[in-house]
Amino acid sequence: MDTLVTVINANGLITAFAIVGITVWISYVMSARLTAGRIHGSAIAIILGLAASYWAGSVTGGSRGVVDIGLLAGIGLMGGGMMRDFGIVSTAFGVHLSELRKAGVVGVISIFAGVIVSFIVGALIAVAFGYRDAESITAIGAGAVTYIVGPVTGTAIGASSEVIALSVAAGVVKSILVMIGTPLVAKSIGLNNPQSAMVFGGLMGTTSGVAGGLAATDPRLVPYGAMTATFYTGLGCLMGPSILYFIVRALV
Amino acid sequence: MIIYGVALLSACLLAGLYVGELLGQLLGVQANVGGVGIAMLLLVLASGSQRFKPLVTGASATGINFWSAMYIPIVVAMAASQNVVAAVDGGMLALLAGVGAVVVSFALVPVLSRFGPQSEPLPPLEESHTKTSGGV
Repeated sequence: MDTLVTVINANGLITAFAIVGITVWISYVMSARLTAGRIHGSAIAIILGLAASYWAGSVTGGSRGVVDIGLLAGIGLMGGGMMRDFGIVSTAFGVHLSELRKAGVVGVISIFAGVIVSFIVGALIAVAFGYRDAESITAIGAGAVTYIVGPVTGTAIGASSEVIALSVAAGVVKSILVMIGTPLVAKSIGLNNPQSAMVFGGLMGTTSGVAGGLAATDPRLVPYGAMTATFYTGLGCLMGPSILYFIVRALV
Repeated sequence: MIIYGVALLSACLLAGLYVGELLGQLLGVQANVGGVGIAMLLLVLASGSQRFKPLVTGASATGINFWSAMYIPIVVAMAASQNVVAAVDGGMLALLAGVGAVVVSFALVPVLSRFGPQSEPLPPLEESHTKTSGGV
């Protein structure tokens, strides 16, 4: 047993490939047998991943899901930012420039609209919960943009650490909800072509959420959504501590 | 050679991330601005140009398509390393802010999609789910 543990510990990434492979296989079997293919296998696999992360987080008290379980540390490498970005870029192979051009202007508009709308919703909810200072309202609004924009903005304008933690939580809720919710609403919001996928990526913005949500909906849409989503966090970090903060400060 | 395709992919990502970091510094933002998106554009441009043809056809293409097919497993691993506990423990405020932002953004997708030239819906997915965007 000790020998097996040693082997697994020394080969984290390889262990991750094996475990994720088994998870994906189980998910596709579940998709076919239990849902007659109605729920996509990759959607089930992502939900299993999130459930495992919740279980692991409650057991270990850590913040990185199953990665905090020593034997599964390789999952962190496989699912970390480096591999995620590498995978996302590879999906652009075979994309036509003409499709990207078509949604160019509306794609840019959707990024601005997405940041502003999410910020307003988050800020209003902060007010509804009794926050009255511009710093807290702005940080929580920025958290509803993404879980990176929240702490970046909060730190820049000097929000309290409790509020910054809340803003991260709001962003994580958003990201997870986009992963799970996208395949469920895809049909009703017309998410079935490159152009609407670019608008979708711009509006949602959370790279992890968009990456997971579109993968579970139709993998061919991933490059279009990811293309716009990747500018969103940058724009959020730009607007959060500056113009959005100034507007909130002028209002309260 | 498969490695040529993988190397091209890597070069695109590194170049994109570098430009994204520079953009971030230029704008005074503590984030990478569009690095991945720029990398994707570089790959799209490279795969359409004559000069890079040996790097994006034949065995080299296999090197890129492999990673494209690994994308969903990577996302599953990413899902398993999210801080789901924090999302659940964030309480009502975090939950409502997150849910509200998502619901409103979902609702705006069809509104904004109406502008500009429309693209055709993709044909229905075949059974081979591992095949991603390559060659569509």
